[in-house]
Amino acid sequence: MPIENYIFLSIALFAIGVTGVLTRRNVIIIFMCIELMLNSVNLLLVAFSKMHYLANSATNPAAGTEAQLFVFFIMVVAAAEVCVGLAIIVMLFRNTHSVDVNFLSRLKH
Amino acid sequence: MSITEILFWLLSALSLISAILVISSRHPVYSVLWLIVTFFTISGHYILLNAQFLAVVNVIVYAGAIMVLFLFVIMLMNLNKDTEPQKSRWLKMAGAVAGGSLLLIMVAALRTTEKQMTEMGSGDIGLIENLGKVLFTDYVVPFEIASILFLSAMIGAVVIGKRDDYASAVPKEEIEEMKANREAMGIPGA
Repeated sequence: MPIENYIFLSIALFAIGVTGVLTRRNVIIIFMCIELMLNSVNLLLVAFSKMHYLANSATNPAAGTEAQLFVFFIMVVAAAEVCVGLAIIVMLFRNTHSVDVNFLSRLKH
Repeated sequence: MSITEILFWLLSALSLISAILVISSRHPVYSVLWLIVTFFTISGHYILLNAQFLAVVNVIVYAGAIMVLFLFVIMLMNLNKDTEPQKSRWLKMAGAVAGGSLLLIMVAALRTTEKQMTEMGSGDIGLIENLGKVLFTDYVVPFEIASILFLSAMIGAVVIGKRDDYASAVPKEEIEEMKANREAMGIPGA
């Protein structure tokens, strides 16, 4: 499979995530769109790792392993991020009784 | 057209459709369910690329743990179609145009990339044995740091989520009553 297919698929998923962040007001949906963008980047990293493997496996049989471990660490950090982020969202909901991000504009005052 | 290509196009179409449904469905719970479908299709892509460890981790961590957490929070807040805040139609259109422009520019910039192939369905770098060996020899320090990160994230979530306005949450009379009870029982520090 040409690498371009994966590049374009990842770009499309990323653009859908960006569109979701820009068009929705529910803070949880915005957070989910950020997860979608993270996953599109992960997919592209894995595709590139296999591309690197195909090009360099003759000289280095472990070519591309680092990229997959990098994706693993991205998943670890994303799990920690979701944990803290959802705690903040629950806190926001408790104080404002809404999940509307426009409420947060009062933070600048 | 080989079976791998058919699977690739099927999974790609499915992931794009479900990703669009995530941002377009009105009900937050449906959004979460469509996002789970998207993550499963991305796991399918990992399996096609023979990255089996990442496919399993993606299902367990993303589709399993993180999405259950989202679903739990949405159900805790009792969100539904009626409480969903909506942007005005012009803002939505502007957001869609901005996202579409990003897509257009990125595709235009990367249209003439070098023709390279990815390996599908073979190559054993994505298997647990290889990744585990590298993870526990070359990357053992980042692995341990990740555990500290998890610990601090857990403590942070507990501290943020803790209800600190205890006095305002419990009625005044109840606190007075508790104090009186403690004094009657002779407990110090009431």
